[in-house]
Amino acid sequence: MYHKTSRTAEMSEYITHDQSGRSVGIVEKQFFTFAQPPNEMPLDSGARLGPVTLAYETYGTLNPDRSNVVLVLHALTGDSHAAGYYSTDDDKPGWWENMIGPGKGIDTDHYFVVCSNVLGGCMGSTGPCAVNPQTGMPYGMNFPFVTIGDMVRAQKALMEHLGIDRILCLIGGSMGGMQVLQWCVQYPENVCAAIALATTMRHSALSIAFNEVARQAIAADPNWNQGDYYGKKQPDVGLSVARMIGHITYLSDEAMRRKFGRRLQDKEDFSYQFDVDFQVESYLRHQGAKFVERFDANSFLYITKAADYFDLTRFRGADSPVTVFSASRAKFMVVSFTSDWLYPTYQSREMVQAMKKSGRDVSFCEIEAEWGHDAFLLPNQRLTDLVRGFIDSVYEDTGKQAAL
Amino acid sequence: MKIPENKLRFDLQVIASWITPGSRVIGLGCGEGELLAYLKNDKQVRETGIELVEEKVVRCIEKGLSVIQGDINQEVHDYPTGSFDYVILSQTLQQVYDPLTLIRSMLRIGKQAIVSFPNFGHWHVRLQGLFTGHAPVTPQLPYQWYDTPNIRILSIRDFRAFAREMGFTIQKEVAINTDKQDKSGRIVTALPNLRATYGIFLISRKKDRLWEPST
Repeated sequence: MYHKTSRTAEMSEYITHDQSGRSVGIVEKQFFTFAQPPNEMPLDSGARLGPVTLAYETYGTLNPDRSNVVLVLHALTGDSHAAGYYSTDDDKPGWWENMIGPGKGIDTDHYFVVCSNVLGGCMGSTGPCAVNPQTGMPYGMNFPFVTIGDMVRAQKALMEHLGIDRILCLIGGSMGGMQVLQWCVQYPENVCAAIALATTMRHSALSIAFNEVARQAIAADPNWNQGDYYGKKQPDVGLSVARMIGHITYLSDEAMRRKFGRRLQDKEDFSYQFDVDFQVESYLRHQGAKFVERFDANSFLYITKAADYFDLTRFRGADSPVTVFSASRAKFMVVSFTSDWLYPTYQSREMVQAMKKSGRDVSFCEIEAEWGHDAFLLPNQRLTDLVRGFIDSVYEDTGKQAAL
Repeated sequence: MKIPENKLRFDLQVIASWITPGSRVIGLGCGEGELLAYLKNDKQVRETGIELVEEKVVRCIEKGLSVIQGDINQEVHDYPTGSFDYVILSQTLQQVYDPLTLIRSMLRIGKQAIVSFPNFGHWHVRLQGLFTGHAPVTPQLPYQWYDTPNIRILSIRDFRAFAREMGFTIQKEVAINTDKQDKSGRIVTALPNLRATYGIFLISRKKDRLWEPST
């Protein structure tokens, strides 16, 4: 497989050693392969895919009655490495080190945490850069289209492999939140509770527009070569421009004003060249350059398309989101952030409204945060308190029900 | 009336004593969830709360309560008719812009509503106005005219007349007099409109009346 070896989060620049010094410590990426031909996995598009490999990691200990499982779903460019370190000299921990670990919001002293790389990804799970067994070459553009529903179907297979029937709590932000919602309606019997952070029931035209510009940037790079670039020159320019667009949507007007303003980068005056003048330009170029080292352009195309196609309100031909949530059994917590303009609070409120109308047990909080969409990944005491309080109460409630 | 013995504020103790165990309860403007947490743990109710302030919502969810951050006047509309056994509006009525619409919504989403408010008919309030010529400032109403959130001035007698006129049935009514911290108190039976600091009412809609959602 050609998958990239380094790892990420929505904004890898945020990944730092946790201030508390607590960590799950050394962790290992594991692999689960299923859907061997002729029993390929059926996809929403009608195509079939197999074999399918998912890369995943686990932290904490599964309790004897398997009732303490927290499944973490990652965002667009995340991976299975949510917490801990791969080795003692590893310079960066997993992407949600501030939330997952002993005594943290998702407390690994109490809960068994699982995180897997999405189907279509490039961090160890089967995606366009994986080898197509029929040709012996990477799939490239021959990779079938995958949906959020397909990603969840693959995760369900992983759960079955791990012997987990009931998931105590799902949690994910952004595209991870879409998977959370999808799980609750696709496998209602297998989910006790769910936390959806900074997410939406469906992409707005604005979100689709940003993704389309990002995809066009990749397609316009001659090195992209219709997706056939493995072992050749990579479409680095296109992919880095795509990443720059993404970063603009992850911040906010206020965040950019505070972080960069109109400050110049290493100079006193304008250069009167089309070179980097402003700090914000330097930042975006840096983020773009870092991204191409760890992400596959074709994966980016497929995953953004899956996010654009996602529409929970039309799940299985439903006429309204109220009908859709009526099928779920989970207790929900929805969290949005004030400065998120990619998935603004009104989209979370629509979700909460549908949950209320369908009689679901739901909590909602809008956290005041200046860092835009990325706020869900940053250390935030309020968010930590909410996550810990919610998961603990769900665990307590399920314990009471079991005792009855 | 059996009053729960714990550290609940006295007015909340009275409200808690009216709630049937195992019922469905929603608290509008539930603050940090003291009453809902008591009802969940000691009366096994299925609870929901609405609260505007982010930090208070976080404190509620930390307690294991299901709470939605939002404006009570808007959030009540989303619940299907008859979703709750009790809809509680504790010491918030005096801050509501359109009390009639809110109470009608409460009696649509719930079978019964519990409403409590500071009694502006209390003698202390009356005397202050009479002797000082200033708008009253009391332990229960500690605000100046320019910073008070209390935009609806009502007495226990006013609420009775309101219920009669608008067609709500008063199922229970208690007037209480509390100490300065409101921790302890007693029930006032004689001259309640003059002597009570708070009024608490359990109301329901008249049998043949059902208010539809206003939106």
